[in-house]
Amino acid sequence: MPAAQQIPPALVLDQVTCTFRARGSARDDYTAVRGASLSVQDAEFVSLVGPTGCGKSTLLNLAAGLQAPTQGTVTVFGAPLRGLNAQAGYLFQADALFPWRTALDNVAIGLELRGVGKSAARERAQDWLRRVGLGSHAAKYPHEMSGGMRKRAALAQTLILEPRMLLMDEPFSALDVQTRQLMENELLNLWAQDRRCVLFVTHDLEEAIALSDRVVVLSAGPASRPIAEYVVDLPRPRDVQEITMHPHFVELHRAIWRALKQEVMKAHEAVDA
Amino acid sequence: MPEAPLRERPMWPWQVLLLLALFGAWHVLTRIEILPPFFFGEPVQVLARIWDWFATGKIFPHLGVTLLETVLAFAIGTSLGLAMGLWLGLSPRAARLLDPYVTAFNSMPRVILAPIFAVWFGLGIWSKVLLGVTLVFFIVFFSVYHGVREVSPVLLNNARMLGATRTQLLRHVYLPSATGWVFASLHTSVGMAFVGAVVGEYLGSARGVGYLILQAEGVFDVNTVFAGVIVLTLAALSLDRLVTLAERRLMNWRPNAQEQGIRS
Repeated sequence: MPAAQQIPPALVLDQVTCTFRARGSARDDYTAVRGASLSVQDAEFVSLVGPTGCGKSTLLNLAAGLQAPTQGTVTVFGAPLRGLNAQAGYLFQADALFPWRTALDNVAIGLELRGVGKSAARERAQDWLRRVGLGSHAAKYPHEMSGGMRKRAALAQTLILEPRMLLMDEPFSALDVQTRQLMENELLNLWAQDRRCVLFVTHDLEEAIALSDRVVVLSAGPASRPIAEYVVDLPRPRDVQEITMHPHFVELHRAIWRALKQEVMKAHEAVDA
Repeated sequence: MPEAPLRERPMWPWQVLLLLALFGAWHVLTRIEILPPFFFGEPVQVLARIWDWFATGKIFPHLGVTLLETVLAFAIGTSLGLAMGLWLGLSPRAARLLDPYVTAFNSMPRVILAPIFAVWFGLGIWSKVLLGVTLVFFIVFFSVYHGVREVSPVLLNNARMLGATRTQLLRHVYLPSATGWVFASLHTSVGMAFVGAVVGEYLGSARGVGYLILQAEGVFDVNTVFAGVIVLTLAALSLDRLVTLAERRLMNWRPNAQEQGIRS
């Protein structure tokens, strides 16, 4: 198929600026992102790293269509984005499971919303719960699950819809280190099964390098934008723990940290000032 | 803070004992006429009157009417409050338009409206139901209205990213969230529905427990007045119990739904 060679990038942010209007005067307006350009290929795993308050989540919300850019355009698989990004699944930083639904019904909700019959939706949801290791916890409500279990359920809730693009906003930041590494490996396994494109936001550089094909460093906010990019040419499949021992990992970490450190310092000075 | 005991001892024996002590004190004080029985009644007579009501079945038509009015006021008031709360909570423009009217209606002493309702709807049950509705409506309305604005934005965004349309958001996010706030207000609403029914009867009716109480007051029969009050209280307690049971069934997704103690 010749058309296959000209697949447009999965996601293109072209010179986007995002300003939040303040209630009072225009002087208090906050520009989270200014003139940011970013492109993610299909099947590519890209991480965004940057100091706190640098507009990482804003970029993700722009890609999801939850936030409209003040200027610039967002293009998804070649088509300009209007409204919500229907191709994308979004994994939130905070708990986003519906507390009144069991694990099973939480995973099934996306299918139900699309008009799939209840029993068919539940059958597929049960299958997905098994895939994320929650097969025997289908009847639990979110408050009965641990943080790691909730993340797994949230992952299944998103992946059951088979989105072509996955947007993840520091999804594992609230987990303890062991659970976190487990989840990262699990994510890599799931992702390897049918590589979609992933845009992964994190403030943890190790996590970013261990998971990604490419790491993008953002400048300190406000008005932040990508300032550097590093290709992570480490072999796959990876184990997030073992890969940190790889000599090339250490080199990459040092190089990216040099760029990131300056921005982190700037962010601190801005807070202290 | 002291450590919580492993298992709480049941409280009901003490509660029954307290009740018996109160009745005992009432009995003794009126017997030795520290409290004049003419004004304070006699508990034995009061209980005898209640027994008589239930044994002969005389109370049932009256209690039935009062309960019917209460349940209708409760159901209609809650549905309207829920609907309006969702509507105004979801459309800020309408909320801003209606805000002064809502405040005005809520601060109006609505019991004063009872005679007007009686003129509009006659002395049957509907004038009482309407009075109850005006009382119940605002309790439910305000808790839903404030609740809608506090629905977690993350849940809303998640539902939208999972493909929910506006109506689906209402059904799958706003309504389930709202049931929590509705139940929080229902315990107060049940009491208010009763107040509406009884006050309505008291101000003009041919039936109902409020009517019985009014008749008894007309002939200074204090014992019957107290008997009526006790029957009403027991009925209100049973309704509140029903609300608690429904709450446990519907809110089983909430942590510690069964362990809530005294509510406001």
